[in-house]
Amino acid sequence: MEVLMSIENLKKYFPVLGGVFRRRIAEVKAVDSVTFNIFKGECLGIVGESGCGKTTLGKTIIRLLSPNGGHIFYKTPQELVEAIKYLEKHDPKSHALKHLLRKYDLAYMHSSHLRKFRKYMQIVYQDPTTSLDPRMLVKDIVAEPLVAQGLARGLEVEERVLTALEKVGLGEKHLYRYPHEFSGGQRQRIAVARAIVPNPEFVILDEPTSSVDVSVRAQLLNLFQDLQKDLGLTYMFISHDLSVVECISSRVAVMYLGKIVEKAETEELYKNPLHPYAQALFASIPVPDPTKRKKRAPLSGEVPSPVNPPPGCRFHPRCPLCMDVCRSKEPPLVDVGRGHHVACFAVTKYETQ
Amino acid sequence: MESKPQAAKLPKSRFENFKRVMQPRIKEIRFIFKRIRESPLSIAGLILVSYNLIIALFAPVLAPPKLYNPYLIPRDPELGFKIDPSPPSPTHPFGTTRLSIDLYYGCIWGTRFAFQIGLEIIGATLVIGLVLGMLAGYYGGLIDEIIMRFTDIILAFPGLILAMAFVATLSRAGWNTLDAALLSIILIGWPGYVRLIRGEVLRVKTEDYIEAAKASGATDLRIMLRHILPNSIYSLIVVVTLDFGGIVLTAAALSFLGLGAPPGYADWGKLIYDSISYAGQGFKYWWVYTVPGIFIVLFVLGWNLLGDALRDVLDPLYRRK
Amino acid sequence: MESERSEENLIQIKNLYLNFYTYDGVVKALDGVTLNLVNGEILGLVGETGCGKSVTSLSTLSIVIPPGKIQGGQIWFNVKGKSYDLLSLSEATMRRIRGRYISMIFQEPRAALNPVYTVGNQIGEVFLLHRKEELIKSTIDQIKKDLARASNLKRWIYRRELFLYEKMLKNPKSFLIKSASKIPIIRRFQNRVQNEARKRAIEMLKLLNIPDPGRVVDMYPHELSGGMAQRVVIAMALSCNPFMLIADEPTTNLDVTVQAQILLLIKELQKKFGSSVLYVTHDLGVVAETCDRVAVMYAGNVVEIADVIALFKKPLHPYTQGLLESIPRPGEKFVSIPGTVPSLVNPPKGCRFHDRCKYALEICPNVKPQLVEVENGHMVACHLYTEGK
Repeated sequence: MEVLMSIENLKKYFPVLGGVFRRRIAEVKAVDSVTFNIFKGECLGIVGESGCGKTTLGKTIIRLLSPNGGHIFYKTPQELVEAIKYLEKHDPKSHALKHLLRKYDLAYMHSSHLRKFRKYMQIVYQDPTTSLDPRMLVKDIVAEPLVAQGLARGLEVEERVLTALEKVGLGEKHLYRYPHEFSGGQRQRIAVARAIVPNPEFVILDEPTSSVDVSVRAQLLNLFQDLQKDLGLTYMFISHDLSVVECISSRVAVMYLGKIVEKAETEELYKNPLHPYAQALFASIPVPDPTKRKKRAPLSGEVPSPVNPPPGCRFHPRCPLCMDVCRSKEPPLVDVGRGHHVACFAVTKYETQ
Repeated sequence: MESKPQAAKLPKSRFENFKRVMQPRIKEIRFIFKRIRESPLSIAGLILVSYNLIIALFAPVLAPPKLYNPYLIPRDPELGFKIDPSPPSPTHPFGTTRLSIDLYYGCIWGTRFAFQIGLEIIGATLVIGLVLGMLAGYYGGLIDEIIMRFTDIILAFPGLILAMAFVATLSRAGWNTLDAALLSIILIGWPGYVRLIRGEVLRVKTEDYIEAAKASGATDLRIMLRHILPNSIYSLIVVVTLDFGGIVLTAAALSFLGLGAPPGYADWGKLIYDSISYAGQGFKYWWVYTVPGIFIVLFVLGWNLLGDALRDVLDPLYRRK
Repeated sequence: MESERSEENLIQIKNLYLNFYTYDGVVKALDGVTLNLVNGEILGLVGETGCGKSVTSLSTLSIVIPPGKIQGGQIWFNVKGKSYDLLSLSEATMRRIRGRYISMIFQEPRAALNPVYTVGNQIGEVFLLHRKEELIKSTIDQIKKDLARASNLKRWIYRRELFLYEKMLKNPKSFLIKSASKIPIIRRFQNRVQNEARKRAIEMLKLLNIPDPGRVVDMYPHELSGGMAQRVVIAMALSCNPFMLIADEPTTNLDVTVQAQILLLIKELQKKFGSSVLYVTHDLGVVAETCDRVAVMYAGNVVEIADVIALFKKPLHPYTQGLLESIPRPGEKFVSIPGTVPSLVNPPKGCRFHDRCKYALEICPNVKPQLVEVENGHMVACHLYTEGK
C-alpha cells in the first residue's frame, strides 16, 4: 500500500515553567519518539487513555504544534527519506541535510512553505461548539480554507461550499446562519464540511463523536465512512471509545504515556492483544451483556504523570509481566508477524545477551 | 435527517447577497432593542442619547450659526460686551453668561461639539488600542512586554492630572489648546483600551476555532481581523458606550480648568468656566451654571445608562450563544 | 444496621411531574415518572441526554434548580417502617436527610470537591456534620486514655477538655460551647474532634483502596487524578452509611481502566454497606456490568423497567430495542434510531416516542401508554403490549 505519511521518532514536549523566573523546570513528554506510517486510504485508529498524548500527536502531525524532534514526511519519495536518514547518521551538520529537511520534512519547514501543505491535511475537532467561530456565518466558516489559502475565488468558492455542505447532509438554507442556531450534530457536520472543502487527502478526526449524543454519533460515523469511500480520504481517528474505533478503523495503534505500545490490524488487535496494557485496556471495556460481568478490575493503579514517566518501559510499575530489564530499558516496537507490532520485552521474549 | 440537499440557488446579485448576510445581524439588533425595551432605565438611556443626537444633528437648524466658525458663539449686538449675565428672555432662551455669551447657542452647539470630540477621541483611542492590543495579545513575548510597560507608565499617573500636564506643555509649544486637549485625552485613554483588547485577545486566542483557522491556512492577519476582532467586539461596545460620557466629561473638566476650548467656544465646560465667578453669588445668576450643567448631566447620564443596558443585554446574549 | 432496613421498596417515585419555565416556553421535563428502588439493589436509570434522568435523581433529594418546579407526584421514602413523602418535607428536614440518609455523587469529581480544602477536611466535614456524637464519644474515650498517663499540667488541661466535650455531647448548642469555640486559646479543644474526624477520613480512604491514605488525606483536590478524586467523592458520600446512594454518571469522564475499577468498587461497597444505589447513566455497557435492575427513560417518561438480564435478552419497548441495536458492532454499519427527541415544550399528546417508532399504531399519537407489568417484574409503557398481543 502506498505510504501517505511517514512519522519518525516524533517528539513533542511541553515545558513546565516554575520558579521565580518561570524557567523550564520540567517537561511534559506528551509524545515521546513515536514512529509509524499512515497508508493511503486507510483509517488508522489511535486509542489510549487521558494523558497518553494522542491528541497532541494528531495536532503535531499536521503542524498545529511544533515538534521538538523527529520527522514528518508527507508523500515524500522513498529515496529522499533514505537520503535524509543516511545524512543524519553520517553527516548531521551538512547543508545538504538542512536543505532537504527544509524542503521535504514537515517538522522543519518554514511556515510559508508549510501553508502549501495545509490543503492536503485537515482536522475535525472534538467539540463543535468551540471549533466554529460563533461570529461567522456558516458559509464563511466552510469557505475559510479556500479563501485563506487562495484556492478559489468568487463564484467557485460558493459552489464548492455548497457542494461540501450537501455532501455532509446540509443544504443551501443553512448557509446564512450562525453556528449556535444548529444542534451539536449539525455543527459537527459543518466542521466536517469545512474539513473536506479544500479536497484534502488526509483528515484527522480528533474524538469527533465524544461531544454529541449517542443517536447522532451513529449518523456522524456513517457519514465519515461514506465520505471516505466517496472522496478517497485517509483518516486518523483518535478516540478513547474503543468500541467505536473497532468499527471504523482498519488499523489501530495503542498509546501509553507518549509512546505507541502496540499496533496491528483492527480485527487482529481486538481479538489478540499482546501488550499487557492493551490487554487490560480491552478487558476493561464494559460489555453490554449482563451475563459476562467482570470479577476483577483488569488494571489497578493510575496512569502516572507524563512529567515524570517511569524509567525503562513506561508501563512497568503496573505490569503483571514486569521483568528486570523492563525497569531500565525501553522496549522497541517489534514486528511479530502479520503487521502486528508490540513494544514489550516479555511478549517478544527478550533475552538478555 | 436534518435537511434534504437542494438545488444550488446562489444569490443573483451582490445586493441580494448583502441582504442575506445582514439578515441574521438584523435579527440580533432587533433582539437587542427588544431587551432594551424591557427595562425602564435602559429606555431612559436610549431616549437621552437619541435626544442628544438629534440636537447635535440639528444644531444648525436650532441655532443658526453666524460666524465663520459655527462653534464660536455670536454676540448679541444689542447687549454688546455687557459683562454681567442677562436672565433668560425671548431672544436668549437660556439667558447669557459672562460677556454676553448666549447660553442657548452655546449649549446646542455644545452638544454637537461633545459628539464631535467624543467620536474623534474614541476613534483614535480605539484604533491605537486595537492595533497595539492585538499585537500584544496575539504575539505575546517581547512585543507584549514592551507595549504593556508603556501602558503601565501612563496608567501610573492620575488621568486628569496627566492630561493637564500634556495640555500645558503642548500649548507652551505653540499648540492650539483645543487640539492639545484632544491629543492629551487620547494619550491618557489609549492604555485602557490596549489592556482591554489584549485581555479579550488572550481569551479568544485559546479557543479551538482559532486553531482550526490556522489549520485552514489562515495567516495571522486574517485570524486577527476575521476571528479575534469580531469576537472581542461585544465587551468593547459596552466599554465604548460607557466611556463616551466619561470622555466628554474629561474634556469638559479640562475646559473648566481653562485648558480646553478657547474663549467664546461652544463647549459646556467652557461655559461653566465662564460661570464660576457668578456661582458664589447664590441664586442670583442661577442660569449660568445650571443650564450647561443640566446639558452635561443629561448627556453623560444617557450614555451611562445605555452602556449599562448594553452590558446587561449583550452579556446573556453572548452566553446564550 | 441490617435490622433497620426492611424488605420493601426503599424509594417509590409516583407520578412525578416537573416543568421548567424558560424563555422559550414551559419545558415539560418529567411527565409522570414512576419508579421504585428496592432495598439493597443497584437500579440503573438509562436514557439519552435530555430524557430527564438527572432531573429525576435530583428531585429525589428535592434539589430542583429553578426555573424548574415540581408540578405533582410523590416520592415515598420507606425507612424504619415508616413512609415519608420527600417532596412534602421541609427544607430543614431535607437537609438532615441529604448526605446522611441519601447521598449523591456527580459526574465531575473535581467540581464536587472544594478546591481550597484538603481531602481530609472535606471527608471529615461529613463526619462532623452528621456523625458528631460518635466522634465526640470517641474523643472522650481518647481523653480518658490520655488522662490515665498524663503529667500534672496536662491533666489539668485534659480535665477541662473532658468537661467541655461532655457538655458538648449533652447540648452542642449551649452558650458555653458556642463561646468556648470562639475564644482564641480555649477553642483549641476542638482540635481533638477534628483529629478524630481525620482518622475516620483515613479509614474511609483505605476502604476505597486509595494507596497511601495518610498522604492523600492532606492533599488538595487539584492534586488528585480523576479516578482518585472520584473515590474521594464516593468516600464522602458513603461516610454516613446512607440508605441510598445516587450516582449521576460518575464514571463518564474517567478513563476506561479507571472506570472498571470504580464500577467494581461501587459494587463491592454497596454489598458491604447494604445501601441501595440509583445509578444514572447513558452507557448500556456500564449498566450491564453493574446494575441489578434497569429503568429506561425517554423524553421524561419511564418506558421500561426490568431485571438487567431480561432487559438485554428480551427488550420489549421499541426504544430499548433501538438502543441495544445502536451499540456499535464491527463490520456492520452504525445504526441509530431515526429522528430526534421531540421538543419538550410542545410534546406529542400520546406516546412521546411514536414519531420515531417503527411499530407505531394508530392509538400511539393520541393516548399516552401507562407502565404495565408484562412479565414477572418486567414493566413496559407501550401500546403494543396493552392492546392484547
